Amino acid sequence: MDAFNALLHGLSIATQPWNLLYALVGVLLGTAVGVLPGIGPALTVALLLPITFKLDPGGSLIMFAGIYYGGMYGGSTTSILINTPGESASMVTALEGNKMAKAGRGGPALATAAIGSFVAGTIATLGIVFLAPWLVNIAVNFGPEDYFALMCVAFVTVSATFGDSPVRGLTSLFIGLALGLVGIDKLTGQARLAFGVPDLLDGVEVTTLAVGLFALGEALFVASRRHLVEEKLEAVRGSLWMTAQDWKRSFWPWIRGTLFGFPIGALPAGGAEIPTFLSYSTEKRLAKHPEEFGHGAIEGVAGPEAANNASAAGTLVPLLTLGLPTSATAAMMLAGFQQYGLNPGPLLFAERPDLVWGLIASLFIANTMLLVLNLPLVGLWVRLLSIPQPWLYAGILVFATMGTIAAKPSVVELSMLAAFGVMGFVMRRFDYPVAPVVVGLILGPVAEAQLRRALQISLGDPMVLLQSPMSATLLGIALLALIAPFVLKGMSRFKANEG
Amino acid sequence: MDESRRPDAAGMVIAAVLMLIALVVFWDTNSLQLATTYGIGPKAMPYVIAFGLAALAVGNFWLAWQGDFPDRESLDPTAIALILGGLAALIAIIGLGGGFIPATAILFAATATAFGRRAIVTDLIIGAILGIAVFLLFDKLLTLSLPAGPIERLL
Repeated sequence: MDAFNALLHGLSIATQPWNLLYALVGVLLGTAVGVLPGIGPALTVALLLPITFKLDPGGSLIMFAGIYYGGMYGGSTTSILINTPGESASMVTALEGNKMAKAGRGGPALATAAIGSFVAGTIATLGIVFLAPWLVNIAVNFGPEDYFALMCVAFVTVSATFGDSPVRGLTSLFIGLALGLVGIDKLTGQARLAFGVPDLLDGVEVTTLAVGLFALGEALFVASRRHLVEEKLEAVRGSLWMTAQDWKRSFWPWIRGTLFGFPIGALPAGGAEIPTFLSYSTEKRLAKHPEEFGHGAIEGVAGPEAANNASAAGTLVPLLTLGLPTSATAAMMLAGFQQYGLNPGPLLFAERPDLVWGLIASLFIANTMLLVLNLPLVGLWVRLLSIPQPWLYAGILVFATMGTIAAKPSVVELSMLAAFGVMGFVMRRFDYPVAPVVVGLILGPVAEAQLRRALQISLGDPMVLLQSPMSATLLGIALLALIAPFVLKGMSRFKANEG
Repeated sequence: MDESRRPDAAGMVIAAVLMLIALVVFWDTNSLQLATTYGIGPKAMPYVIAFGLAALAVGNFWLAWQGDFPDRESLDPTAIALILGGLAALIAIIGLGGGFIPATAILFAATATAFGRRAIVTDLIIGAILGIAVFLLFDKLLTLSLPAGPIERLL
């Protein structure tokens, strides 16, 4: 019942007018960027970090969470109405959703996506409420060696599950880790990889990296292959409402999608793509009319949409309780915590319960706002898609560079931004996953600090990593997760076939 | 089938760049002068990462050699050149004290052109208006400082 009381207290904080306003701004922004191609929730949070620096931490974090949830909603609209998902997590939605829209059933497709997201978001947020305190109780006994081992698990799973090839994922991760080395070592004051450039002594800014990779990289990539793709916006025809039959066919896929999404999101396995694929293939197998799949089956929209929202909520569990980001957006939210000097983890639950529980409670509010706002406003969101592409991307680049210009208007910083943009472009072109770079940059220095602290306590004895049962188990899991993809090479082929 | 199994030159360049980064990290760490501490010092982690990068360079080279790199579509080099040119102009203008608004206007116009618009003057004006709006919002409302040039000082 402790969790329940804490949640009630959180609700009283989340319903304060200012916090409601932050949540509203968050969900509106999130939906808008989810709908628009080229910007996702991770980039939006990255762009807002320098601007929100002076604002209230609780309110800003509520806004970021709203952006995360809103982005998941908005992505489905783009997937259904044009066949280009705004978010990788909505890729599966496009399979059936776009077919439904072409068949004049765009309304029910949008409705089942929105209601499914609401159902999944609500159940999964309840999951956070009950899982988080339990995990916090375990994590409170973690020593530095356990944290180091946990981060090793996150490193491996984040780079092996994003993208298809473990070599490519690990390459991205190690680039991020190498970037994390740059700057003054916090324990000894030694400058590493700074090459005598004063701007580099503070290290590589997370926002510069994220904005370069996500915004510039994406713009360069889309511009370079603009001549190849043609987008067609499907108008929403017919009724927005679902028939009784639609409700019946959507209900169990929503529940099953949630059950796939939440645990996979909550495990440090990361990525919303896997649960959406799993949900899609399960619904296809269980459907009464499997022949409809590929021609617009509503189950194929309901399940994956529930799964991707539930997994977004799931990633907040390791983020809040352990400080472990398992998706790009969660990594940017961790950077958001860090900019206020807050470190998510068991201590934060003890020291700032108002902030943590206010944030969790605001998720319920954000979710409800999204349901109420999204269906009636769908026409407005669709109109966003009619912004001409040249102006859309030109505007994105202006805002992307503006964040860096406002934070650090130096030639070195801006050149780094441009260089990361080129890196993002090359990575997209050669199919390297981008998220592990950001996770590596943020978590790398933390993991190093924990390892060195552990070895300082043990007077340099590396066996401390294996003597703690928790740490030994986690390192074993990390090793298994590292080797498994090389052994089971067929995994990636399996994934491709399911799609 | 045979086509895609050929060694991939671009992939080999990527592998070479990774190896170069590994060497830079190794060389930089090697040149650190410091006293010994308990446990591991600031040198251990960079060595591990340099080693990992070198191993991944070999792994990427192997993929490239086997032609296991993803297939790529043709690309439009003008579009990339335009965007990078816009960024270079932005950096130069900010670096030389030209201010936020002209820098923004040029980046906006260059990007719009890269995405197929053929109306540079209109886009420059739109970019400048956007720049002025952002400047006023940030500088006056949020009290965040954006670099000011001759135009910004008039506002």
